[in-house]
Amino acid sequence: MSDWPLDVHKTLRAAGVSVAGYVPDAGHKRLIELCQRDRAMRAVVLSTEEEGIGLAAGAWLGGARSALLMQSSGVGNCINALGMVRECRFPLLLLVTMRGEFGEFNPWQVPMGQATAATLSAMGVVVQAAARAEEVAPAVDAAARLAFGSYAAVAVLISQRVIGIKSFQEQAAR
Amino acid sequence: MTLGRRDVVQALLADRGGLLVVAGLGSTSWDCTAAGDSPLNFPMWGAMGTAAMMGLGLALARPERRVLVVTGDGEMLMGLGSLATIGVQQPKNLAIAVIDNERYGETGMQATHTASGVDLAKAALACGFRAAQVVRSARALAAAKAMLLKRRGPVLAQIKVAAEKLPLVLPPRDGALLKARFRRALLGEAADAE
Repeated sequence: MSDWPLDVHKTLRAAGVSVAGYVPDAGHKRLIELCQRDRAMRAVVLSTEEEGIGLAAGAWLGGARSALLMQSSGVGNCINALGMVRECRFPLLLLVTMRGEFGEFNPWQVPMGQATAATLSAMGVVVQAAARAEEVAPAVDAAARLAFGSYAAVAVLISQRVIGIKSFQEQAAR
Repeated sequence: MTLGRRDVVQALLADRGGLLVVAGLGSTSWDCTAAGDSPLNFPMWGAMGTAAMMGLGLALARPERRVLVVTGDGEMLMGLGSLATIGVQQPKNLAIAVIDNERYGETGMQATHTASGVDLAKAALACGFRAAQVVRSARALAAAKAMLLKRRGPVLAQIKVAAEKLPLVLPPRDGALLKARFRRALLGEAADAE
C-alpha cells in the first residue's frame, strides 16, 4: 500500500516548505504528524482555514515557503482571503483532502465537496486532482513548482478514494 | 483627553528602525501611511480578518525582526480566532496594536463589539499572549509602545481612540507592487529572483 503522506512530506521538504498550516482532517492525520515531527518545519494549527491564507501570505513576505493542509469543507472558509492572493500574486500551495465526493457517508459534506473545485477556480486558484495514492506526491511536486516558480495559487485535491474512509464508525476508529 | 488615532500611530512608528509593519484594511492602513509610507509597510486593502495572521507568518519567517500588526477593532474581531492560533505559536517577535475607535469606520461608523465592552486585551491574555493591555491615555501609550516594540511576544495593546473621520492618506493599492517592494526592502534584490 502506498505511503503517500510520507512521500508528500518528502516532497514538501524538497520544495523548501518550512511552514505548514493546517486544520485537522482525518485524511491528513499522518501528514500533519510528519510535519509536526519535522524540526525543519513549523506546523501551525489554525482555528479556521482562512487564517492559513494570511499565514502563507505573511510567510512569503518574509521569504518563507508554506503549504496549507485542509479538508474540502475548509476551502469555503478561505474564499474572500483568496482575493488577496490573486491581487498580490502570492504563491499558495493548498493540499485539500476531499469529502462529499467519492462514496460520502455524511450528506452535510456533499454541497461543499461538490463545489470545492468550482469555488477555487472562481477565485483564480489552479485546481489539480489526485485520484490515486501514487499520484498524490507527484501532483504535490508539480503544484509546488507551479506555485513557487510561477507565483500561482494551486490546490491539489486529494480524492476521497485515496483516503478511503467509508463510514462514521471507520472514521472514529482511526 | 481621548487619544487621536493618527497621533497614536505616528508615535508608535516614530524611529521605527527595522520594524516590519502589517496594516489592517481601512483606517489603520491610512494611519500608517500618514505616519510615512515605507516599503516595509504592508497595507491591506482587503482580506479583512487576516492581518494578525499575516503578522504571524511574517514573524515565523523572520524571527530576528520585530513585526508590528496595526489594525482596527473591527478587523481584529473578524479574526478573533487568530489570537488563539498566535497564542499557541508564541512568536517572540510579534506585537499587535489594535486601534480601537469602537466603530466600523469605513462603512458609516456603526458600533463594533468593543463599543459594548468586548475586551480584546483580556481575550489575548486568555489566548496565551505574554502581555496585553487597554490604553486610554498618552502616558499609558508610551508604556504600551515599549511593550509592543521590546517585550517578549506575543503582545497586544488595545488602544482606545476617538471615533473621527479623517482625510484619507492612501498607500499604493496595487497588491503585487506592495508585495514586491516589501520583499525587496526586506530580503534584497535576491527576492526578485526567487
